[in-house]
Amino acid sequence: MTPDRSHDSPRGTPPAEALAPPVETVRKIASLARLDLAGDEEETLARHFGHILEHFRVLASLDVSGVEAMLGASRVSDVTRADQPVPSLPAEAMLANAPAHTPEFYVVPKTVGGEG
Amino acid sequence: MSAVHELDATGLRNSILKGERSVRDTIQETFARIDAIDPALHVFLNTLRKRAMARANELDQSLAQGERPGALFGVPVALKANMCLTGVETNCGSRILAGYRPPYTATFVQRLIDAGAIVVGMTNMDEFAMGSSSENSAFGPTRNPWDPARTPGGSSSGSAVAVAAGLVPIALGSDTGGSVRQPAALCGIFGFKPTYGRVSRYGLVAFGSSLDQVSPFARSVRDLELTLSVLSGADENDPTCFDEAPVAPESPADRASLSGLRIGVPKEYFPDVLSGGVRERCEAAIARLEELGAQIVPVSLPHTDYAIPTYYVVATAEASSNLARYDGVRYGPRADGDGTLQGMFAATREAGFGPEVKRRILLGTYVLSAGYYDAWYGRALKVRALLARDFEAAFEKVDVIVGPTSPTAAFKLGEKVDDPVAMYLCDILTTPVSLAGIPGVSVPVGFVEEGGRKLPVGLQIAGPFKADARVLRVARAHELATEWSKAAPPLGTIVPPRTSAGARAGKSEKPPPEGATRGGRE
Repeated sequence: MTPDRSHDSPRGTPPAEALAPPVETVRKIASLARLDLAGDEEETLARHFGHILEHFRVLASLDVSGVEAMLGASRVSDVTRADQPVPSLPAEAMLANAPAHTPEFYVVPKTVGGEG
Repeated sequence: MSAVHELDATGLRNSILKGERSVRDTIQETFARIDAIDPALHVFLNTLRKRAMARANELDQSLAQGERPGALFGVPVALKANMCLTGVETNCGSRILAGYRPPYTATFVQRLIDAGAIVVGMTNMDEFAMGSSSENSAFGPTRNPWDPARTPGGSSSGSAVAVAAGLVPIALGSDTGGSVRQPAALCGIFGFKPTYGRVSRYGLVAFGSSLDQVSPFARSVRDLELTLSVLSGADENDPTCFDEAPVAPESPADRASLSGLRIGVPKEYFPDVLSGGVRERCEAAIARLEELGAQIVPVSLPHTDYAIPTYYVVATAEASSNLARYDGVRYGPRADGDGTLQGMFAATREAGFGPEVKRRILLGTYVLSAGYYDAWYGRALKVRALLARDFEAAFEKVDVIVGPTSPTAAFKLGEKVDDPVAMYLCDILTTPVSLAGIPGVSVPVGFVEEGGRKLPVGLQIAGPFKADARVLRVARAHELATEWSKAAPPLGTIVPPRTSAGARAGKSEKPPPEGATRGGRE
């Protein structure tokens, strides 16, 4: 999904609804995350979300202007290997754990012509 | 002659090389103890008896033929169930990976095997390493050997208890926000998270990729050093892994004295929520370090209070991405849903993931989604930088930093299960070290008494980036100066009287099928 930079003010506060997301928001996020929640789960999760995000709101109180984001702890960069083909695991081994497969391919429900 | 469970890995290897016992005897005795204790504590999800015995015979033969023994020759080890070993079920404590048998072996597992270690089984864990108590395992909780009504901590719960209960001298866990240090503290053993990048993550099932680090448990610091020397080093399959010679154990002469060492004590690591007993034990340990010659220096890590929200935003964001791959196509059971592709994805994930994993996937999806990304995820990455700067500033004044590993001793199973924030706060003292990517070890420093039970307390020792050997040196000095790490949990009620290894092995209950999960008993 495309990041929206509109909230990146130096002392930006999370949007008000972020702290108590309604069930509809949880449903939308669940859809993005490909989770098919049951009705009572949506309500429980909305309640937990509110509680968790209330606790996390403290992040908004810090002045982070001019601070560079720390994407990770690794101090290694530009790691490359020789541009030579190397053997990979055989397809048979990779397919062995799939719930449905042919000798060469994973099998999934038909997608062409239906929903995307 | 000492029993296998009374020896650390170094002592066990020496015993085998002296001819006091064969590798075969060692493994038989190990499984006899597993059979006796595991039903009460639920340490293993599967055990690898036949595979281990076959390997033991090979190693005995190699020794007889004069081959040079490896650094972990004949040592039984346990792996957390998120570590890949070809053909052995690696289910991450989750229904969604039930039956998954990886087609390859993790780099760090192969290094253990090449050094002569014998993998005896895969241990229980909070689902996908998300949890601090083992209660998020789809296969039921692991119990603390000091009090089976309490949690051993998590998420590397089974590996911690495997070592604490004397089932193996060394076990591997993974530490993302404290998942090795916290259970080590709650079980009274050593748990060491190396510098991020010290050990390859290839073959470790990903949770939070910028935080995950393979980390050993042991009952002695020399075993941690030995294990780290085997595990560490560059790997072409993990580009975050640095190309540096493995950490070599320091010479024994360096260990007894801490003269000249500056130890920082951050006031933020002794917050009001800290249990009184934990505070007292940690202060006593710091006083002991001072007696050993260290200079104690007050320091400040001013952004400590921001570590939990920062960690849970960053880790859940990474988890929501990493766990997108579990969709019923490539591994695990599939649920058909409404018969469409999207319906199959959603139904599989709904049926396969437990409540905490769903909560974290949703939280991670939320903080990454349009409209919220910069307010939450982008901001957390900047606060992460501030937390790392805190450490850099402190390490200009001191050589290591110490504080409690966990704000409390082991809590009762069920006590925090309905309150996610209370559970997240268990990680308040370990997540800053994880976010900064620096090394940290939890050291046993005594006990508190609760409900008539002795419960272990751990002290965390953290050092600058790549200062793994220094952190272990301080741990070793404390270990040599105290007896805390020698205490064993009161397993008398669940362990039968000691007899010869062969007799015990012969009397053991029928083992579960090789490599099959033993989950779902709770």
